[in-house]
Amino acid sequence: MYGVGILKGLGVTLKHFVDTYVDDFKWGLRRYTSDEGFEARQGLDTKGFFTVQYPEEKIAVPERFRFIPFLVVNDPDHPTAPGEAWCTSCGICAKVCPPQCIWIVRSNDPTTGKPIPQPHQFYIDIDICMNCGYCAEFCPFDAIKMDHDYELSDYDRTSTHVFDLEKLSKPQSYWMTIAPTRAEQERLAREAEEAAKAIRKRKPA
Amino acid sequence: MSDTTPEPVANTAEDILMQKFGDAVQVDTRSGYEGVVVNGDQLVDVAQTVRDELGYNMLSSLNYVDYINEGYFEVVYNAYRVPQGGKALTFKARTPRDEAVLPSLVSVWPSADFQEREAWDLMGIRFAGHPNLKRILMWEGFAGHPMRKDWKEPFFEEDQKPFKSRWPDGQVRRAEMDVPYGMNVQYPAGFSPEGYVAPGDAELYAGLVIPATTSGIGVQELKTDELVVNLGPQHPSTHGVFRMAVTLDGETITKLEPVMGYLHRNHEQIGERNTYLMNMPYTDRLDYISGMCNNMAYALTVEKLMNQETTYRAELLRVLFVELTRIINHYWAIGFLLNDLGAFFTPSLYAILERELILDLIEATAGSRMMPNYMRFGGVAYDLPPYVGGPAVKPGDRGREMETMEFLRGLVNERLPRSVDELDRLLTTNEVIISRCKGVGVLPPDVGIAYGVTGPTLRASGVPYDLRRADPYSIYNELDFDVAVRYNGDTYDRYLIRMDEVRQSLRICQQLIPRLEETMGQDYWAGKRPYNFRVPAGAHYGHHENPKGELGFYIVADGTANPYRYHIRAPSFINITALEEMCRGWKIADAIIILGSIDIVLGELDR
Repeated sequence: MYGVGILKGLGVTLKHFVDTYVDDFKWGLRRYTSDEGFEARQGLDTKGFFTVQYPEEKIAVPERFRFIPFLVVNDPDHPTAPGEAWCTSCGICAKVCPPQCIWIVRSNDPTTGKPIPQPHQFYIDIDICMNCGYCAEFCPFDAIKMDHDYELSDYDRTSTHVFDLEKLSKPQSYWMTIAPTRAEQERLAREAEEAAKAIRKRKPA
Repeated sequence: MSDTTPEPVANTAEDILMQKFGDAVQVDTRSGYEGVVVNGDQLVDVAQTVRDELGYNMLSSLNYVDYINEGYFEVVYNAYRVPQGGKALTFKARTPRDEAVLPSLVSVWPSADFQEREAWDLMGIRFAGHPNLKRILMWEGFAGHPMRKDWKEPFFEEDQKPFKSRWPDGQVRRAEMDVPYGMNVQYPAGFSPEGYVAPGDAELYAGLVIPATTSGIGVQELKTDELVVNLGPQHPSTHGVFRMAVTLDGETITKLEPVMGYLHRNHEQIGERNTYLMNMPYTDRLDYISGMCNNMAYALTVEKLMNQETTYRAELLRVLFVELTRIINHYWAIGFLLNDLGAFFTPSLYAILERELILDLIEATAGSRMMPNYMRFGGVAYDLPPYVGGPAVKPGDRGREMETMEFLRGLVNERLPRSVDELDRLLTTNEVIISRCKGVGVLPPDVGIAYGVTGPTLRASGVPYDLRRADPYSIYNELDFDVAVRYNGDTYDRYLIRMDEVRQSLRICQQLIPRLEETMGQDYWAGKRPYNFRVPAGAHYGHHENPKGELGFYIVADGTANPYRYHIRAPSFINITALEEMCRGWKIADAIIILGSIDIVLGELDR
């Protein structure tokens, strides 16, 4: 019979319409205020109202989420070298960067003129960065990481979008809060390597 | 169809060609290259033999390379047997750089139409006998042919990345400062941008003017039978910045000309500056709905050139994400069907909701929703994460942590099958959809093959040609799934086949879950993780069944870290060749939905 298909389809929309209220009654306000309610709204069993009310509430990004990179530096309370960048200015990130948005100036020893493993300057043009994550993936020193801070709107793009060393540096503790599991894995791997190095050093003696 | 095709028994197709044409056909002896080199004069005859006697009935891709040191352009044709499948027959023709002319193959394969125009536009190879040889991606005010090796862009810094100015003493500057606005364009000699009227536009506007007649106003002689209407480029129903110049007889379409290039960024030129690894994130931006599939096609091609093995778990993860991406793409296409019909957004938002859930998994695994940059040569970048979602860290954050395998199981075993059925109930029997779609825009199978149409658009016409079965790769051989096929070739079947393919993709994903559980903890990357590697010299055309059709990469390697030639066979670009054929005789309102049912994406069409 003509029109049955449309009615069947309208049944689906009606079900969605009713679902919106069913879930609201079941959860009440908790659907919009509690974390469990959020998971029910954004999880596999979601029914009805799915929207996230940005910017009042934001979806927490997963650990691997990648946005503009930052440089890891020692925490301010580091015993010997607070605020020192982990970067050795080896240049791998600048070489692997697909849109070539990283500029590094290597430090030189003022007396001998030889390069020392510290960046003198480090620039990233965030207008060019394509958030691919290669710099963090190929950095052998865990010194550059992808950030989670995706709110970067600005009034003037010409003067503020080239980030320098100061703007790029973030302490290790920040990296540990945004990616706890990966930061822990990396720390363990670094310690294991240190230990292996120590054994290698001891052997010939 | 397969009974009539002559099967060469003892001889290969190349041998038969060499016997028949003698010296005009020679084997390409360069190491790492395949196929035969054909003398330009005999190209049309050879092409006819290839099509009619050898049964390679689809010219899938036409690639062109500038061998500047040798002084010639080479055009590489890849022909396939459809639907039998198998390897390509590759034949090439060469023409000197300073006077580049080759005979056009449009008379043999109409699928060469846009591809030859592209080769003329970007490389400057003239195709004698082409019915409409003009620029296709660039506009007429563009000086030069940008894919030539001696062409330089206005922001030109160096021929190959990485640029030397980045390290060790980075001289930071914003590239656009060197070439201020207005100074970054060059026009061909004698061209003035003021007063320029695009060729199609003159008749477009002439169609709007009431012709003056000698007898006064001349209402009786007003020409209403031929009217040119412009659709797009800023039109929501063209799925991006795509423009059609439609010639109408009353309301009926008599002629349709796609106009494209509004999103052109010379992706291939960028690709030749890049190293092999750098191209991976750029492929995400081709068909931006299905980034994972683009990664897959590119990884397959480069791995073949490098002779790189992958691990089993890497293949499982690749196939899982490729199939999930196929579901995303088809949901998107199905959801927007009703938008094209004039109803707004209810089904598309239902479909996008499911897409969000799949994207959550992709984001948790690869780090980005639509630009995954997930595959590498030899494996994938990361294994599955322990949790989907993340912990709340910043003010206002709402955390979620869902166990990954549980999430995946719930997704492909329950959530998605349920939602396909729901979309089915919502749309399939809807009388409005049936009356608008059934029998509209029919693409006969032979026309589809001749025009090089691939993917669901061709399979809806009754040609069961799916590269996952026709030229198997990865682990598809051990998976149990059917090649979906529908027989009417109309818009309704093109909608139904996407529904079928979603179900088949779900079947594949369901088979992958136990395998993923078994291989938990195994290597997802074979070998080392180099960032600076060289690829041995050679040329390879690699392809993959993208949700929209056959996505192919033709890569010429010269032994360095950067590809010498990086050409893309974009399914949207070639499928659109058949648009005029499908739209002719239908009303202008149907053109929108026929275009929607081909399912194009402009990121890949304009490249």
